[in-house]
Amino acid sequence: MTGTALWRATRWLLLLVFAAFFLLPLVALLDFSTKVPGTGVRSGDAWRALTQDPTMTEAITTSLLLALLTVVGMVLLLVPTMIWVRLRVPAASRMVEFLCLLPLTIPALVIVVGLKNVYAWVNYLVGDSPLTLAFVYVVLVLPYSYRAIDAALSGLDVRTLAEAARSLGAGWGTVITRVVVPNIWTGILSAAFVSVALVLGEYTVSSLLHYDTLPVVIVLLGKSDAPESMAAALASILFVSLLLVALSFLDRRRRTSEGN
Amino acid sequence: MSAAPATAPSEPGGRRFRVGPSVGLLPFLLYILVFLLIPTITVAVGAFQAEDGGFSTEKIRALWSETALHALQQSLVLSFASAAVGAVLGALLAYLVVTAPPTSVVRRTVTAVCGVLAQFGGVTLAFAWIATLGFGGLLTNLLADVLGVDATGSGWLYQLPGLILVYTYFQIPLMVIVFLPALEGVRPQWREAAVNLGASTRQYWFQVAFPLLRPAFLGSALLLFANAFAAYATAAALVSQGAPITPLLIRAALTSEVVLGQANFGFALALEMVVVVAVVMGLYAWLVRRTSRWLS
Repeated sequence: MTGTALWRATRWLLLLVFAAFFLLPLVALLDFSTKVPGTGVRSGDAWRALTQDPTMTEAITTSLLLALLTVVGMVLLLVPTMIWVRLRVPAASRMVEFLCLLPLTIPALVIVVGLKNVYAWVNYLVGDSPLTLAFVYVVLVLPYSYRAIDAALSGLDVRTLAEAARSLGAGWGTVITRVVVPNIWTGILSAAFVSVALVLGEYTVSSLLHYDTLPVVIVLLGKSDAPESMAAALASILFVSLLLVALSFLDRRRRTSEGN
Repeated sequence: MSAAPATAPSEPGGRRFRVGPSVGLLPFLLYILVFLLIPTITVAVGAFQAEDGGFSTEKIRALWSETALHALQQSLVLSFASAAVGAVLGALLAYLVVTAPPTSVVRRTVTAVCGVLAQFGGVTLAFAWIATLGFGGLLTNLLADVLGVDATGSGWLYQLPGLILVYTYFQIPLMVIVFLPALEGVRPQWREAAVNLGASTRQYWFQVAFPLLRPAFLGSALLLFANAFAAYATAAALVSQGAPITPLLIRAALTSEVVLGQANFGFALALEMVVVVAVVMGLYAWLVRRTSRWLS
């Protein structure tokens, strides 16, 4: 039995090494953000600045609004389409899946390079605002949202539900919004959570289109006020962690309720 | 849905593909066309276009210039190194986790943390490492106090070695996420069968488990490679000037009009990037299909 004991010790040792590797940079962020540069004095100024510095508050507001708009856009675009494909055009399901997963193969950086003409039109039609980023963010979150919603839809006999509702006199709009959507609610919610996480951390598109979202401002401030940008970085990663932990609980509930 | 009236009369038609209901897909298809396909086509066409709009392979030829080739080579080294380290260590961590029961605190914590680090990368992670190993960073100070070493020596964190380290920080979590399902698919019965036939632990691992897991492992490693090759934010936040890797050369091409004597050189570089990533992802898809035969 010494073999098992040895293995157990090794396992814990390795887990500790991994934990140290992953925690160290986060602890360093906390350390850096609570220190006055050059001295060893502790101070909470950097964290207070997150709610007081107008550049920072504006960037946080922009990023949160973008997250909201992206989620709304994603849900409006993807949910009806995916339900419609299952109900009425199953022949197109492979194509829709391919298109949704395509942004994994076409990096955001490539999309930005080719985006100039499209955004000239977007800016002409809806004005020049950082919030227009939501249009392209909807595309960037597609693969992750697709998987979440697809998983929820697979656990459901959409066709039978729709036939039942239709035979009771429901129109297609009612079928989608009041019959199918309530049943895939957790899938939509987890798609929304992942989208929020991705949008809050998105830097590639926003920085290259010169819009001041939170990550862009974090990088800008990194040169003038490093502690404040470290505080913002840590705050955003903690916020996203909370979101994704909440998501994992949601997932578990769905799994257990399916098991019953 | 606006398409509803068009579908009403054709109910007895069965499952055949009809034009009627597919109208409902138009908004989605239009959106994808405008915000995904047109930018990609713009890149592909732009790469073969001269200043006056005519056909030209000038920009493509410029990809073989020394600067562009060097950036590509550095990018490939970075992607390969971070994918290799990430795949091996990530698979190890996934194995450590999978041997714990699914409800254990360790397993839940590891999967949650990995989800955050793999998906919420970029700028934050770059700053976390600057706070750790940059000038005045936590570990820098610690090493200076205890060992008297200057860990920032020659600013390595902001060059290729630093990029590999920081990329590894999000590659390991991604490996855990994509490789864990394959490990979970390894059934205890296979081990029992092997042991019953007289296999030692070593033989089980080398003749049963490793061969079964190899396609999944290689597939995941390819995904990591593509992920590193396409990554931009971390490198951009870490390296503020200069362009040691392809994504940063694209930044240079976008922010200054003329790079390497080529206006719009970004199109050619972006096309190069898409081709590399597409080839890697194609291999990945092929390997996943092979894996799913056994481990599902």
